[in-house]
Amino acid sequence: MKNLLKYIVSRVLLTIPMLFILLSLVFVVLRVMPGDPVSAMLGDHAPAHVIREKQLELGLDKPIFVQYLNYLGQIARFDLGESMVYKQRVVDTMKDKLPATVELTVIAMIFTLLIGIPLGAFAASKRRSARDFGIRLYGNIVYCIPVYWMGLMLQLLFGIFLNWLPIAGRTSARTFVTDFARSNFYIIDTIVAGNWAALGDVLIHIFLPSLTLGITLSGVFLRLTRANMLDTLKSDYVLAARARGIPEKHVVYRHALKNAFIPILTMLGLQFATLLAGAILTESTFSWPGIGRLLLERIYLRDYPVIQGVIVVYALLVSLISMLVDIIYAFIDPRVKY
Amino acid sequence: MDRKSNTGAAAEAAFSPAAGMGRLFRWLSEKNKRYGAEWWIMIAGILIIALIVFAAVCPTVFTKFDPLDQNAGTQLGAPNAEHLFGTDNLSRDIFSRMMYGSRTILGVAIAAALVSSLIGIPLGLLSGFIGGWFDKTLSLVMDSLYSFPGLILAISFAAMLGPGVINITVAVAVIYIPTYFRLVRGQTLTIKEELYVEAARAIGAKRSMILFKYIFPNVIATVVVVFSLNIADAIMTEAALSYIGLGLPGSIPDWGMDLSMGKKFLPSGVWWMITFPGVMIMILALGFTMLGEGLAEILNPKLLEK
Repeated sequence: MKNLLKYIVSRVLLTIPMLFILLSLVFVVLRVMPGDPVSAMLGDHAPAHVIREKQLELGLDKPIFVQYLNYLGQIARFDLGESMVYKQRVVDTMKDKLPATVELTVIAMIFTLLIGIPLGAFAASKRRSARDFGIRLYGNIVYCIPVYWMGLMLQLLFGIFLNWLPIAGRTSARTFVTDFARSNFYIIDTIVAGNWAALGDVLIHIFLPSLTLGITLSGVFLRLTRANMLDTLKSDYVLAARARGIPEKHVVYRHALKNAFIPILTMLGLQFATLLAGAILTESTFSWPGIGRLLLERIYLRDYPVIQGVIVVYALLVSLISMLVDIIYAFIDPRVKY
Repeated sequence: MDRKSNTGAAAEAAFSPAAGMGRLFRWLSEKNKRYGAEWWIMIAGILIIALIVFAAVCPTVFTKFDPLDQNAGTQLGAPNAEHLFGTDNLSRDIFSRMMYGSRTILGVAIAAALVSSLIGIPLGLLSGFIGGWFDKTLSLVMDSLYSFPGLILAISFAAMLGPGVINITVAVAVIYIPTYFRLVRGQTLTIKEELYVEAARAIGAKRSMILFKYIFPNVIATVVVVFSLNIADAIMTEAALSYIGLGLPGSIPDWGMDLSMGKKFLPSGVWWMITFPGVMIMILALGFTMLGEGLAEILNPKLLEK
């Protein structure tokens, strides 16, 4: 346990250089490229003294290097600063957006696992059969479907033609978010508040976007599960289990699948970055008010602090998840020691 | 691949089509026996790519419409015999836009993959070969970039650079540099310790000689596979960037942009404006993925035992 703690601390420390490099890159790119928040806000034809005042106010008159050091100092104090366009703290801007993104990605991950792992295990148990080939084909095709297009097609089918599911937003207009919103994780909030009608509304809204995201990633997990299952199904203990007359289903789904799960868990950590990237596109397709849409919105306004803040949050999310995966690893695999 | 029998089959086909087909058939079935399904996956991938490249090079063979012609048909016309994929909100022929649009996406994806490999491979080689603080610093930078969601970086770059073919290529290329770097560096580290490299060093080969004659050729085989898969990925990234409106100026036909335009008409049930661009993106990405996967199996004899 003490070693685990040591490991966690070293992992946390390791995210610092990563953040530093990303931030430096984004900072330089943002400021070197044409366009700045002042002209985005005031337009190109504003009088020079107004532009000057605004620059002074935002600290954009200082040399880039000074701005950079100031920003790093701010980050070191865990302060993401204030939006340059709207007078709002970056943290407050993200307060309701981040939970939306996290909720979307977590549900999507559940869909991914629910689709990918059983299909992969089934394909492996029926290796080289037509069903195996069909499932593998599904995996390959799904991997090549752009997530935003999948979203549009599902919207068209379930939202427009069948008219079963809503295609935009987190809740419908008749649900009053202020009634239950505490943490802004709407699923949790509605359950805590015991507001079942609202919970239904939230679930029906999250279904399509998270399914979209889940399906596109399921191909990766399907292939990984299949490959691992093929290895495990060849191992001695599976043979022994079969020899004892344990039903094949039991052997495949209880004995083998459990052991094939460890590499899948690693993949889960690695794929989380892909999931977040996919989430931006899904958010854009489903008008989902998450931090991905916030990023796109603010990029056009050149709202430097918010863009940098969102990047920091993404980077932290990625490292947090990979750390969590490593810790879970240590618990389920007794051979892993830190 | 057996080049002799390949050209032989082709030469004979020129003389007598029947015998040539027989040779071709035998050659294919021999490969089928050796590599199984993977062989056919690769062939299918190559066929898909070839078809789309052909459409990109001479789109006039497939369509008589100008992709920018706003009088090609009726506004938002459903697919029919004249307009196979229908027409969009500006009355442009969607089929023709797909044919001409393949130029954009293929060009950007291939150029981006080339740029990132041309930067990533030498850096990876040097980093793995030289080692020391140079390797440590570079690896840290590359790992940081690699662990971060690539699309988000590409979005930031594309937004800052503004619309344009070169700009979007740069934005896509940047995010794949770490992929090549990590792959090549890892390979270099392994190959550096091989006996034949040690032997070369023992007979006094120069460092540059070892790098280019002994290490580089052995690294490049794996790069080929990744290059193909990378193009597939770059295709999706390019389309994603234009989908969210960060790609190209409106005067260039582009699949991702058509998709984002179709999104506006989705609530009115205009299915053809979103279906066809998406299908095209998917098929093209699938082609390169299949080629890459087939190559991976065929170039890796170890996997054949499975």
